[in-house]
Amino acid sequence: MTSTASAPTRSEPQAVPLHRPVSTALHRRPRLRLGALLALPLTWLVGLYIFSLALLLITAFWLVDPFTSLVRPGFTLDNFALLFSNPAYVSTSLRTLGIALAVTALSAVFAIPLGIFMAKIASPWMRAVLAVAITLPLWAGYLVKIVAMRITFTEEGFFNSVAGLIGGRGPGFGIPIVILTLTYLWFPYMALPVYTAIRQIPVNLFDASADLGAQGWTTIRTVVMPLLTPALIAGSVFTFSLSLGDYLAARFVGGPNSQMIGSIIASNINLNPPVAAAFSVVPIAFVVIYLLVTRRTGALERM
Amino acid sequence: MLRLGRGSKIALGVIVSIVLIFMYVPLMLVMVNSFNDSRIAAWPVQAFSTRWWEIAATSEPIRAAVLNSIVVGLGATVIALLLGTLSAFALSRYSFFGKQTVNLLIVLPIALPGVVTGVAFSNTFNSILSPAGIQVGYFGMIIAHGTFCIVMVFNNVFARLRRMSPNLQEASMDLGAGIGQTFRLVTFPQFRTAFVAGGLLAFALSFDEVVVTIFTAPPGVDTLPLWILNTMARPNEGNLVNVVATVLILLSLIPVYISQWLSRAEEDE
Repeated sequence: MTSTASAPTRSEPQAVPLHRPVSTALHRRPRLRLGALLALPLTWLVGLYIFSLALLLITAFWLVDPFTSLVRPGFTLDNFALLFSNPAYVSTSLRTLGIALAVTALSAVFAIPLGIFMAKIASPWMRAVLAVAITLPLWAGYLVKIVAMRITFTEEGFFNSVAGLIGGRGPGFGIPIVILTLTYLWFPYMALPVYTAIRQIPVNLFDASADLGAQGWTTIRTVVMPLLTPALIAGSVFTFSLSLGDYLAARFVGGPNSQMIGSIIASNINLNPPVAAAFSVVPIAFVVIYLLVTRRTGALERM
Repeated sequence: MLRLGRGSKIALGVIVSIVLIFMYVPLMLVMVNSFNDSRIAAWPVQAFSTRWWEIAATSEPIRAAVLNSIVVGLGATVIALLLGTLSAFALSRYSFFGKQTVNLLIVLPIALPGVVTGVAFSNTFNSILSPAGIQVGYFGMIIAHGTFCIVMVFNNVFARLRRMSPNLQEASMDLGAGIGQTFRLVTFPQFRTAFVAGGLLAFALSFDEVVVTIFTAPPGVDTLPLWILNTMARPNEGNLVNVVATVLILLSLIPVYISQWLSRAEEDE
């Protein structure tokens, strides 16, 4: 043990309390340490972020002066009543909800066969390639993917050109393309947890199922699917809430009559801030309800 | 083993091929159209040229936008590294009343739609700080980006700290090292890869962010996503957007490579 020989020259244990007052004080008081750690993050998050959210919520109760169109502090529920009484607002909320649910369903429908193929059929080499292949577009950039979908489905674009060969035509910009674009954007968030969950299913469950005479599809239906529920729910939280808050896809590939909740918030924030503020409660409410429903299933804790 | 007939395997293979075609054909179209001589992206491409690449290479707005994105990304990453690491230590080492709430606070800025976060910040900047004589200007973007990037660092560092034993730190302090020395020599080296990975994710998130930026960028200042957004609205420069998008697609190979490298480094540790 040659290293112990140099130790005494480096520090003298009995002198430590005198030389390190800060360390000693912190070591004796765990609450103080915790406070020191949390002070900065909490000041930032509460003082800036929660403060801003609260202020926005308060604005939702304010009035807009009909003559000067200036915002005036006060208390009115009119802005919230507008969410339910204005038919355009109601249909936008329902449309956005429908789009978000469709994106989630579409992602799940493709994520399950992809996951089964990667985990159970592909060779290890192919599995590694596929894992990179579904992660790569995640990094390619949000707007890049919207640009890509726009030039794929535009009037003189690739899709119409290929469909033209067999005499067909693409649907043109509209809600179906918005759903497809949002699926394109958020699909990896569903595909990765589903694939991981399928890989984690113990191999002997498949053996047992086969020994008991189940064919492949029966095994998938009765063994794989129930075990996938937590992963599907975790993935759906992403696909649902990300789609719900999006409005740029609708703006660039949606054509007319496809605006989403975000479009209304964005277009009202300068003209009528109280209405925009009231409307921003809608996606928050949808996401919170969705989280509460999924929490009841207990799937998130098991992840 | 999962017993599947030949037909079922082929069916699954076909679905996987459809998914891959759906993922990669649009990206290929962007890359091919960046060499389209025409003003508007179309298929089939009538004439190829590198003129949009030449225009992009010398474009002052693009250069300024890239610079802004890097500055904002670095600023946000520094904020996220500091606040994310501090809260990861607090939540992984202590149990206290309200722990779940603190966790929720960290996740909230990314969980809520970007438009809500953006509108909330711009409302505060314009209706509280500005009348009080505080012009956040350029820093508004950095503050907003830093806020939703915290979770990236937090998640990575938190996961690592939970797996680390506090005994090594105790041992270090018993041997006479102070809190700073222990952190520098014992604690930090153990979560360095998670710290770096979190920082990279935070930077990537900020670099790509557009909705919050729309509401918090000062007038006349474009980040790269904002530049793309504004140029997309001008149909005559469609293929200039494709050049920038192509560069971004190629750049996305870097984080994929780094994450592979990091996970290998993690296995070695």
